[in-house]
Amino acid sequence: MKTAVANVQKLSLVQAVTDGLRTMMSEHKEVIVMGEDVGQNGGVFRATEGLIEEFGEQRVIDTPLSESGIIGTGIGLALNGFLPVVEMQFLGFIYPAFEQIMTHATRIRMRTLGKYHVPMVIRAPYGAGIRAPEIHSDSVEALFTHMPGIKVVCPSNPYDAKGLLIASIEDPDPVLFMESMRCYRSTKGGVPSGKYTVDIGKANVLKEGEDITILAWGAMVMLAEKAAEEYKKQDIHCEVIDIRTLYPLDKKTISESVQKTGRVVIVHEAHSTGGVGTDLISLVNDTSFLSLKAPIERVTGFDVPVPFSALEDHYIPTVDRIKKAINKVWTF
Amino acid sequence: METFETICYIDENGNVRNEEGAARINEKLAKEMYEKLLLVRTFDRKAISLQRQGRLGTYAPFEGQEGAQVGSASALKEGDWLFPTYRDHAASITFGHSIPRVFLYWNGRVEGCVAPEGKHIFPPAVPIATQLPHATGAALAEKWKGTDNASIVYFGDGATSEGDFHEGLNFASVFKAPVVFFNQNNQYAISVHISKQMNSETIAQKSVAYGIPGVRVDGSDVFAVYFETQKALERARNGEGPTLIEAVTWRFGAHTTADDPTKYRNQDESIQKREQIDPLLRVERYLKNQGYWDDEWAAEMQANASAVIEEAVEEMEAFPKPKVEDIFDHVFASPTWTIQQQKEEYLQQMRGEDA
Ligand SMILES: Cc1ncc(C[n+]2csc(CCOP(=O)(O)OP(=O)(O)O)c2C)c(N)n1
Repeated sequence: MKTAVANVQKLSLVQAVTDGLRTMMSEHKEVIVMGEDVGQNGGVFRATEGLIEEFGEQRVIDTPLSESGIIGTGIGLALNGFLPVVEMQFLGFIYPAFEQIMTHATRIRMRTLGKYHVPMVIRAPYGAGIRAPEIHSDSVEALFTHMPGIKVVCPSNPYDAKGLLIASIEDPDPVLFMESMRCYRSTKGGVPSGKYTVDIGKANVLKEGEDITILAWGAMVMLAEKAAEEYKKQDIHCEVIDIRTLYPLDKKTISESVQKTGRVVIVHEAHSTGGVGTDLISLVNDTSFLSLKAPIERVTGFDVPVPFSALEDHYIPTVDRIKKAINKVWTF
Repeated sequence: METFETICYIDENGNVRNEEGAARINEKLAKEMYEKLLLVRTFDRKAISLQRQGRLGTYAPFEGQEGAQVGSASALKEGDWLFPTYRDHAASITFGHSIPRVFLYWNGRVEGCVAPEGKHIFPPAVPIATQLPHATGAALAEKWKGTDNASIVYFGDGATSEGDFHEGLNFASVFKAPVVFFNQNNQYAISVHISKQMNSETIAQKSVAYGIPGVRVDGSDVFAVYFETQKALERARNGEGPTLIEAVTWRFGAHTTADDPTKYRNQDESIQKREQIDPLLRVERYLKNQGYWDDEWAAEMQANASAVIEEAVEEMEAFPKPKVEDIFDHVFASPTWTIQQQKEEYLQQMRGEDA
């Protein structure tokens, strides 16, 4: 982690995203922001607020309503000298662009033996818990971790959001940058002004503990921390790890923790089957199988579409469900 | 290049602009339209006020677009299919959707997606333009089954930028599907003005590329919309294939109740525009010009509309609580073991039993 000496401001996660964009746009004229409503409206979540005034319509571009067009054009710009940061208004509306990402953004480097590459960042708000209309709440990161050729990043706090966004823009390959809507304004945190990066591929040990490893990302990190806090009173110490990068996973940090604790709880709000949790189990299996003292527990969303808002709380993992899982691995 | 004039039967002052078209309007039809417009406007305003009171979730208002929705949906017949977006409740209600259910939809209840028995009304499309190919398919099915039923599909100006718009039109055109593509051009897709959405002068002209008829109609003129949609539906039923209709409208309010339109739209413009384009006012002026207007009748219509809407709100609020089982039970015809297991464990936990 490289941090320049700088002023630290209290920002929300969404403000940290804006700050990251502004920092990189000031530094590199190749960085452009594109998407639906990102200009004059400043984005439906205000993530690009003020950028059009500062950098003009040539660099903050309101596009037609066309995800495939946005990503496809972004690919063309990226392979010809620009650093596009494109916004999908919600991750649940990225599907029309799937083709462009899966068959082009992710493979151009391979198909040209490195002659062309796509240094593009795709930002996308995601996740349930804010009473959004249907489909807006999808958490489909695993569709992208399954794609060879794109990195998947998911910050849970303002500091990481800015640092990871800058690292993503600097990354020479495509990055899906997932922004939890539930985390957007839930807390403020210290964010240094100016440029700093948080390494892609590096998980963060948020709380140290010897007894149980809890692995989570995005909005689930808050819940994992709460559950850990409650068990601390019973003298059970959970190590809470914010995975932060879903592809590639941080093998070292995760395996070291599991080898220390021998017990694992994975928390994610995405569906269970084929979720990133499955990869984490596989990673633990490969690196730390003999350290395990209990089968790994997963607390996830169910294998059902994220329900309409009246029932969405029944879908998202809760502190209670996490506590049950902790209990299960502890008493095995 | 082919140009597309905006068809208008009754102008903003309620005067006849197109003799031939207007000749088909009579007092009964005009009063019926007034009544329908009033009902959906009352619905829309109530929904906004309920949302502000926290009794309804985020809502997508349509005030200003009632003429387009009511006029077009009035042209449908039993057996037809209607594919709406999240903003087309006026069309759905006109075609016979249950008003309490439409309210329920905006309360985050999946039950709101379910139209009354026998009504082919699809749940609102939330992703933009994805419903166009569905309408084409449903219409083709009717054709291949040998019925004279047709589909109508609603979408905004922004939707014409999505691939699905083009794919839906192209399929319909190639297979001569009995479908009416009904565009409401309210000139904004959230904050993006149509001038940034496309370089084409009109949406109607996009029909040319697909070799189908295109019609541009004044969306605030409920009569023109009604008769022009009827024509398109007749063509469809006669096996002549799809039509693209562009209804030129203006939405007075926000994109949704979660949106702040002052950031990108001059609100004074909307207020001024209302004077010119308000579809309800236009029918009122027409009725007055024709000598059909009656204050007492109008007051009665308003009282009726308010009563219907109030009753629907009560029904919505008295609706049984949502069933948690529903999120598990309707993913497949019979749940897979994963879903079954997740359901059992979750219900056990809800009952306070340890899984
Ligand atoms: C595929 C997709 N992308 C983005 C969105 C987010 N979104 C919802 S409504 C909207 C604007 C739609 O504009 P238009 O088609 O003109 O219809 P209007 O809302 O004006 O009726 C956008 C961008 C979405 N719902 N689906």
